[in-house]
Amino acid sequence: MIEIQNLTKRYGGFLAVDNLSFSVAAGEVLGFLGPNGAGKSTTMKMIAGFLSPTSGHVTVAGFDIEQSPMQAKQALGYLPEGAPAYGEMTPNRFLNFIGDLRQMDAAKKKSRIGTVIEQLGLQKVLEQPIETLSKGFKRRVGIAQAILHDPKVLILDEPTDGLDPNQKDEVRNLISGMAKDKLIIVSTHILEEVHAVCTRAIIIAGGKLLADETPEKLEARSRYHGAVSLRADNTEAVKAALEKVPGVQAVEMRRDGSLTAIAKSGAAIFAPINALIQTEKFVVHDLALERGRMDEVFRTITNFTGVTASSAAQPGANV
Amino acid sequence: MSAIKTIFKRELSSYFATPVAYVFLVIFLLLSGLLTFWIGRWFESGQASLMGFFSFHPWLYLVLMPAIAMRMWAEERNTGSIELLLTLPVTLRDAVIAKFLAAWIFAGVALVLTFPMWFLVNYLGEPDNGVIFASYIGSWLMAGAFLSIGACMSAATRSQVIAFVLTVVVGLFFLFFGLIQVFGGEGWLVETAAGLGFITHFNSISKGVLDLRDIVFFLAVIAGFLAATMVVIELKKAD
Repeated sequence: MIEIQNLTKRYGGFLAVDNLSFSVAAGEVLGFLGPNGAGKSTTMKMIAGFLSPTSGHVTVAGFDIEQSPMQAKQALGYLPEGAPAYGEMTPNRFLNFIGDLRQMDAAKKKSRIGTVIEQLGLQKVLEQPIETLSKGFKRRVGIAQAILHDPKVLILDEPTDGLDPNQKDEVRNLISGMAKDKLIIVSTHILEEVHAVCTRAIIIAGGKLLADETPEKLEARSRYHGAVSLRADNTEAVKAALEKVPGVQAVEMRRDGSLTAIAKSGAAIFAPINALIQTEKFVVHDLALERGRMDEVFRTITNFTGVTASSAAQPGANV
Repeated sequence: MSAIKTIFKRELSSYFATPVAYVFLVIFLLLSGLLTFWIGRWFESGQASLMGFFSFHPWLYLVLMPAIAMRMWAEERNTGSIELLLTLPVTLRDAVIAKFLAAWIFAGVALVLTFPMWFLVNYLGEPDNGVIFASYIGSWLMAGAFLSIGACMSAATRSQVIAFVLTVVVGLFFLFFGLIQVFGGEGWLVETAAGLGFITHFNSISKGVLDLRDIVFFLAVIAGFLAATMVVIELKKAD
């Protein structure tokens, strides 16, 4: 439902987005990852029709965002970074304003506003000016605004940034709950989030697409994929024994004394290690098979190309 | 409901959402009264007209209209709500027009609230009410011209203070164009410059002649600066 072809954005000499192409289908929740200054927000602003691309095309629900912006914008809901709103308005008036601009008729508007208020738990703050609300509520108002017309395509720029853990969890559940019949793009730099909500992850840095896979496959790129972590008494003896298990590439010890046996590519080492513990009668407190560490994969991918997270080169933070 | 109407309503009510609007109205009424009675010596002039009242409007607007217009786009850019507004199914043109109209109507409300002056002059003498009506129309058109400059300057920056100062400076140019003949000189350049002056056209309207050329002049200034506003917003979106 979203097609992106050779999308490029240049600010003067600074290349913010570099020839990006991908497409997203309904039912997908796409995590958009990258270090700060990677071009995530710029890309989302172009998809939402705020910025014009220097070259390339964006098609939303069959409408080119440059050629038929009204139809494309009607098909999508967008939460800009930081969830901006009109601070002096109350959520009630704000949602009515958005409904009017989206040309919803009175009955539909009323029922949809009721629904999103329910979904986002805004009942208690309906008549308070948005500028007086907490960050969590402001974000919820922003999401309510984005989903008010029940769009097919939902673009959320850092929806959980700056929220406390409970609020983050709520927003993630909300996103997962809506995922069935929508196409959702979520940008984030919180990696745990990718696992929590996304069916697919794209990593960009320096405006370039570096990876486009399911979160599971991304994790499988990790050197910790298939590794076994454990905590045991008599750490040194256990470490020495683990190193001799076939398929184990190396054993790392962390500061807290826990051990991680890293598997050679493709090797299954959990069963042999488990057997070893039984036969040697090691006292083991924790034993876990690792899926792979997303943060390590992220660092490897984004540093591999020599791209440093150069947020310093971001254009114009002020006038 | 059309987008212009929706945005217009929101903008106009946002003026009244804070005390700023009421403070503005009080200052406008106080200043226009003070200037008329005190500096303009309205009572001493012994004339049943509002000439003294209207002659201060260009200078009053030079300072007060930028104050209305400064938040128009600068605030949207500062809070980031511009990104929200322009990703809704709204054309940039409609948004620019709606916001300008709200400011213009607000200025109109301030102007209408000076009606006690009109009553007073009718109570004290027998003024030419046609002239006064024309002057009100002229004054409102001139307010619109100042506001359109303000809209454009407000779009160029996220700082309301900078928007205010820029508007005053550009507004001054348009006032001085009208005074250029006072300083002497002739030829087509001077004529053209004088033709661009707000005061030239305002004075001609406030003589009681609603000449189409003067009306068209102010409407053209408004249209020109609103078109420039759209260009500036497009250019500065990425900042």
